[in-house]
Amino acid sequence: MIVRILGEGRYEVPEADMPAIEQLDAQLADALERSDEGEFTGTLADLIGQVRHTGALIAPDDLRPSSLAVPHEGSTLAEVRSLLSEGV
Amino acid sequence: MSVMKRLSGIVQAKANKALDKAENPADMLDLSYEKQMENLTKVRRALADVATARKRLELQASQLQDQAQKLQDQAKQALGQGQEDLARQALARRATLAEQLESLGTQHQQVEAQQQQLETTATRLQAQVDAFRTKKETLKASYTASKAQASIGEAVSGISESMTDAGMTLDRAQDKISQMQARAGAIDELLDTGALPDALGGGGDDIQKQLDATSRAGQVDAELAALKAEVGSGTEPSASLPPGATPSANGGAGTDTSGNGASAPEGEGGS
Repeated sequence: MIVRILGEGRYEVPEADMPAIEQLDAQLADALERSDEGEFTGTLADLIGQVRHTGALIAPDDLRPSSLAVPHEGSTLAEVRSLLSEGV
Repeated sequence: MSVMKRLSGIVQAKANKALDKAENPADMLDLSYEKQMENLTKVRRALADVATARKRLELQASQLQDQAQKLQDQAKQALGQGQEDLARQALARRATLAEQLESLGTQHQQVEAQQQQLETTATRLQAQVDAFRTKKETLKASYTASKAQASIGEAVSGISESMTDAGMTLDRAQDKISQMQARAGAIDELLDTGALPDALGGGGDDIQKQLDATSRAGQVDAELAALKAEVGSGTEPSASLPPGATPSANGGAGTDTSGNGASAPEGEGGS
């Protein structure tokens, strides 16, 4: 699965490692829902760490698109909320 | 619901929209390339802005630091003059400055983080532009083949997605930069108008005025005493005048008739 960390790049994550990432993603959504800034910040850092750790950075000449996107490192809850509510 | 899926949907939608104008895959490739170059220029400009914001913060911090040091010196001077209230006032202002300095420190860290992220983005974009420049021509040359068309589609959506990411990162950086500039502007204004306790430059420095007034008064007292002594020496050749010339004189002319010389230096201090 190709996961993009915004502002950083794409990582190819083996399927076997996806459940852990998906769980952090669910936790992040929960923190967002509850407006729990502390939990949100910590979970986002963990999620980014997990993607970097289990995934392999994709070279720039490989142009495959990603299927999932992680917010910028250090994003605040309000920033992500506003990104998600953005009309395109 | 998954944050990653929703966010990805938003990125894809933005990416598709960016390519709306292109009529065919070859156009898309050219358009993508142009946009990439545009983004690269914007990122470089943002980097310059961040560097400026950083320098400005550093300058402000050093001004505040000088000011804090000055207040510390003034507090010491005031204590030396026995003006405890004035010393307290100087220290209180210094404490306010320390708070400002702390907040500047936090902002400086944020600027540094922004700078780092933008540098990463610039490097990444440059690598993409370089890789894409050669790839784009190969793709265009072969796009008549039906098999190649699919790969062009994928390449285009991939590159468009990266562009969108760069654009979003840039927007985020620019938001942060304008927040920083607004804060820096507010601090500059405070420093300029003197609203910040005891602004730089002597103008509104009331603590210094009081210190100067006191030390001036002390100087006047001393000069007055010296004058009195001189005048005294002219009219009546009494003992107290020549400073320390005849230590034995003290005992002899101990009467208070001359009065002036001995008591003046201390007596005037309190005005």
